[in-house]
Amino acid sequence: MTSSSRNPILITASRLLAPFIQLFALYVIFHGHFGPGGGFQGGAMLAASILMLRLSVGAERSELKFRKSWGTPVGALGALIFAGTGLLTLLLGGRFLEYHYLPFPDLSRADLHSAGILLIEVGVSLAVMAVLVAIYDDIMEGPGGN
Amino acid sequence: MYLGLETTLGVLLLASALIALRLKNLLAAAVTLSVFSFISALIYLVMGAVDVAFTEAVVGAGITGVLFIVVLFHTSRRSID
Repeated sequence: MTSSSRNPILITASRLLAPFIQLFALYVIFHGHFGPGGGFQGGAMLAASILMLRLSVGAERSELKFRKSWGTPVGALGALIFAGTGLLTLLLGGRFLEYHYLPFPDLSRADLHSAGILLIEVGVSLAVMAVLVAIYDDIMEGPGGN
Repeated sequence: MYLGLETTLGVLLLASALIALRLKNLLAAAVTLSVFSFISALIYLVMGAVDVAFTEAVVGAGITGVLFIVVLFHTSRRSID
């Protein structure tokens, strides 16, 4: 927790591991349509990699990857992507999240479903990652901070 | 089909839960709770619920363990036992 307890083995190992965890999280997000996984799991895994960096290399250096002030905007952006996809299909004549009303030309019905689910999963993963990191940051600030 | 494996994992699950309850050191108890979560993810995996196992492994062993440890560093043990 304090800056006096930095361990070079921990720092090196976590800095080496974090990109691979993030790459696997991206695979989980984008392959979630076909296999196990999806937006929530991939987002939680992205958040876990950032929390690992927060714990090992310290808050100030891990903010190079994800700033503390990004938590609420990125979470809101993820929720906006999710709700916006649904509301867009609603505006274009379908029902909420009825993917084949999405305005992408030259795509078949099945491709539109895949694209819609991909949009949903990107939104969910952004929201989950940002909110989990924001919860951690808020706890670290302790009572009295805003 | 995997009765021996399920029994072994169930015994390990019970053991880790009891150890986490009995430990006085709260940091060790939080780590043991992560072990509990990971073993329950393995049980879900044996039972065929891959998606649930994935969620349990990521959230239980990753996020809640970190949050427990952070909360432990922000609290102090007032009572003397």
